Amino acid sequence: MRLLTHNMLSSNIKGVNNGFPLLIEAEKVVEKLVDFNPDFLRNIFPKIDWKALVAAARAVGYGELPDAADPAMLDSDDFLRHLHHALLQLHLEEGALVCPETGRRFPVNKGIPNMLLHEDEV
Amino acid sequence: MSRPEIQAPPEIFYNDEEARKYTSSSRIIDIQAKLSERALELLSLPNDGVPRLLLDIETHHSVELGLDLLGYDIDFTSFAISSTALTFALIETKNETFSVSCFVGCGSGLSGETLSENGHQWIGLDISESMLNVALEREVEGDLMLGDMGQGLGIRPGVIDGAISISAVQWLCNADKSSHEPRLRLKAFFGSLYRCLARGARAVFQVYPESLAQRELILGFAMRAGFAGGVVVDYPHSTKMRKEYLVLTCGPPSLSTATPKAKGEDEESCSEDESSGDGENQTVCISDRHRPRKKQRITKKGKGREWVLKKKEQLRKKGNAVPADTKYTARKREARF
Repeated sequence: MRLLTHNMLSSNIKGVNNGFPLLIEAEKVVEKLVDFNPDFLRNIFPKIDWKALVAAARAVGYGELPDAADPAMLDSDDFLRHLHHALLQLHLEEGALVCPETGRRFPVNKGIPNMLLHEDEV
Repeated sequence: MSRPEIQAPPEIFYNDEEARKYTSSSRIIDIQAKLSERALELLSLPNDGVPRLLLDIETHHSVELGLDLLGYDIDFTSFAISSTALTFALIETKNETFSVSCFVGCGSGLSGETLSENGHQWIGLDISESMLNVALEREVEGDLMLGDMGQGLGIRPGVIDGAISISAVQWLCNADKSSHEPRLRLKAFFGSLYRCLARGARAVFQVYPESLAQRELILGFAMRAGFAGGVVVDYPHSTKMRKEYLVLTCGPPSLSTATPKAKGEDEESCSEDESSGDGENQTVCISDRHRPRKKQRITKKGKGREWVLKKKEQLRKKGNAVPADTKYTARKREARF
């Protein structure tokens, strides 16, 4: 699971008001090379929750992203490369996602997060 | 064979064996590809250079997206979520338009594969682990998720630019567990979908409703969630080719939310209300791959004279009274006319 996906997921448990962002418990992180596409990054940038992305990147051991970002930084090639690496190339392979409110763990196996809820959580 | 929805819940029906068919049967792959192509066509992503996030929801019938046919040279970042299956994909069209779409019921990732071929990245959701394992085996490039679309999608509001689903939504109408309440599941699904879609985004669901009532139920909950839109029926006069697509738009009705025209509507007054030929619905299930029984019987060679003589000999040995063998024994009848 990429951090891009993580940036869009939120906890879906009944009664949880703010299930975003899910905390990451990383056990194994892999890197997969993806073609660099600056236009894609520029377009996806407004949709990204930056704070959540920075926290997620740190959780998987990547600290190159600045604490705050604004659209002007998109002109910098260096920034785009870091963003590209964090968004698309880092994969959480094994570990868990944790709901920030309830502490419920969603296990991640083979890169697939199990977001199925128990019957009492629906 | 009856509809897959009746046989077992999706996470059980789409076991390893069934999931395998989605990679080995060229017919299933072909049908899925055609359905998803058409769904993408209906999604009609504008080429205005604005990035979009789409959602593709199919049931366990995975889809192959022929994006190149649609003129999209798309870059997909997709996620497969497995509940009844959900995929998100990021689309980049030729003129630098980037979208994120969500495929619900991505299944074995057939759709994503096509997207990846075109340089796309994608995300998919499915409820069946077997389907996702097949997707993993195929080394699809997108992200996969295990999830149940009837429990809501669990996606941040407003981030997705479109959604596609091939034959997934009708699964919501089944109560596979005692805790399942189809109405609540439909409400949760459409509600969460409406929230996660950006304003003006479209969702196209190919569905196989069992009956008129079921279609009304699905459409009713979509409208109640706030969607505008309706049903597009391709080839309404054909029982086999007939395909229904639920085309929903997020936001208030406007020109852009007008339902697209259906295919094969040559005859006058093709009302969308005519009930579908249920039995003939071209569900992608293994039964369709067998030839009809009648045909099988015709093509099978009858048992010849040798077989009859052998049987008569056996009965004689048992001591039964058996007519003598003559030139008429096991002779083929003349054609009457």
